[in-house]
Amino acid sequence: MSSTFAIILTGILVAAACASLGCFLILRRMAMLADAISHAILPGLVAGYFIAQGPSLLAGFFGAALAGLITVGLVELLKNTQRVGGESAIGIVFPAMFALGTFLVSKYYADVHLDADAVLYGNIEFVGFDHWYLGETDLGPQSLWIMGGLCLINFIFITVFYKELKLATFDAGLAATLGFSPILIHYGLMAVVSITTVGAFTAVGAILVVALMIVPAATAYLLTDRLPWMIGLAIGAGAIAAVLGFGLAFMLNGSVAGAIATITGVEFGLALLFSPKQGLVARARRLARQRIQFAADTLLVHLLQHEGSPEAANESTISHLQSELQWNNKFAQRVLDLAQRRSLVRCQGQQLELTTSGRERSQQVLQLGRA
Amino acid sequence: MNTDAKPLAIHDLTVAYQDKPVLWDIDLSVPSGVLAAIVGPNGAGKSTLIKATLGLMPIAAGTIQMFGQTYAKARQMVGYVPQRSSVDWDFPTNALDVVLMGTYGQLGWIKRPSKADREWALHCLEQVAMADFAQRQISQLSGGQQQRVFLARALAQRAQLYLMDEPFVGVDAVTERAIISLLQQLRSDGKTVICVHHDLDSAPEYFDWVALLNVRMIAAGPMKTTWTPENISQTYGGRTQNLIRGAA
Repeated sequence: MSSTFAIILTGILVAAACASLGCFLILRRMAMLADAISHAILPGLVAGYFIAQGPSLLAGFFGAALAGLITVGLVELLKNTQRVGGESAIGIVFPAMFALGTFLVSKYYADVHLDADAVLYGNIEFVGFDHWYLGETDLGPQSLWIMGGLCLINFIFITVFYKELKLATFDAGLAATLGFSPILIHYGLMAVVSITTVGAFTAVGAILVVALMIVPAATAYLLTDRLPWMIGLAIGAGAIAAVLGFGLAFMLNGSVAGAIATITGVEFGLALLFSPKQGLVARARRLARQRIQFAADTLLVHLLQHEGSPEAANESTISHLQSELQWNNKFAQRVLDLAQRRSLVRCQGQQLELTTSGRERSQQVLQLGRA
Repeated sequence: MNTDAKPLAIHDLTVAYQDKPVLWDIDLSVPSGVLAAIVGPNGAGKSTLIKATLGLMPIAAGTIQMFGQTYAKARQMVGYVPQRSSVDWDFPTNALDVVLMGTYGQLGWIKRPSKADREWALHCLEQVAMADFAQRQISQLSGGQQQRVFLARALAQRAQLYLMDEPFVGVDAVTERAIISLLQQLRSDGKTVICVHHDLDSAPEYFDWVALLNVRMIAAGPMKTTWTPENISQTYGGRTQNLIRGAA
């Protein structure tokens, strides 16, 4: 297997494993907790290293998962004291855990591979070199196995407990009354987030794990209003970011993990602007359309008010729209176009008059305004 | 199931925040087949009573039984309608899916809803006249429509006892009438319905049983005999006095 392919595939697997869980973090408004866990697992890793007397995958996973759950537990405890608000509780716990980890690394393992750079930025560039062997047989890059395994675990977790995750996320109260412990589900999810973070951070580092966990999920949330689609789109957005990020890093000869995370940010920006329903552009267009529609209704009501009165001839001219209603030429023209297209208003030279349906519409508008 | 047992029997219930009693020595026994209101001023502990009943809040003292059993055992027979504001309506799902959540309790862990469950959920939506909105994203429903989806979800639980927290809050007049006729339908089917209700004017018209609550249970019984000016004024007027006596 070529090393390039191994890097890209690892990136895709990391993105898929992270983004799928990220959807539930976004919906539970816990994006910051992913950040906290990604930093707070460091002392757990060191503890694993210490117990196993060296780098051990299993000890590392257990240590990190435990540290992740301790972080979540401490945050909950701190919140329950009601002396510290939710986000602040996270902000207090995770630097403390991270600092403890950093201190332990510098004190006991200053000379070993567990260095701060690897923790923060990962080393996805080297995944192709670190192979697993069974006896003499080359099983392929280690990180592919780890991330493949984590993807599988997350896939099974989300599939098996989909109903419970959805219910506890949407309505924890109902979940509790129906006998599905929301606390159990919360800690289960956090355990899976913790081990995913450990697996992923050897590839992309602690900071970028957060990018892949949160940003693609947030992007997907802007694009759909169905949960299964959201999970699928989040995985897709993460995978695309992995591929494009690799290409970008290759072209510019920069950090692969950094490029991948940057692309997730770009994707989010594009979704925020151009999402068909929730995008800023779509919203601006919707508002503009509403403004024209409301102006057309205003015109109808104005024409109705003066219909049949002596000043009607003066009030109901096109130039009057500009001088008295204070509409500029272009806007007045667009309003008039809309009203004529819907045959609500007839234009006789400079003179405007209501059609039958225009009169009905204006009366409806007045009724609605009163209700 | 003990058919003679009361749908809800609360005995000596006290709920407190630290040393501040929210509910003080409550006795309440609701007979089968009534449409009951829990009425009282703000801060009387109406929602707390519902939440404590459903185990969503720790209780300091007392016992709560439903159909002669603890809630953990009677779960399947109890439907719950929380306050509409208690959930995030931007959640990416549609009305039918929310109603389907009502069937999760009978399904238990891991098992997925079947086609029959889906049809049942749709039927429940029909009963609240919301079948046309089954596929609608829930954030695009009006307040009244959201409330009806919540009611349909409770119907989907196939319960014998329904506990509802302010089902009429923030709904339009049409929805209010639709809800009350649905509740009356439930009663004539032999179910028991208990609602937290805050509107004194409509209470005697809508409900046939009432519990007047203000931290302590002031009075409880059939609307005709319990809805007296003395009881009401004691519930609302004597509030501070009760608190002082309660705390003493």
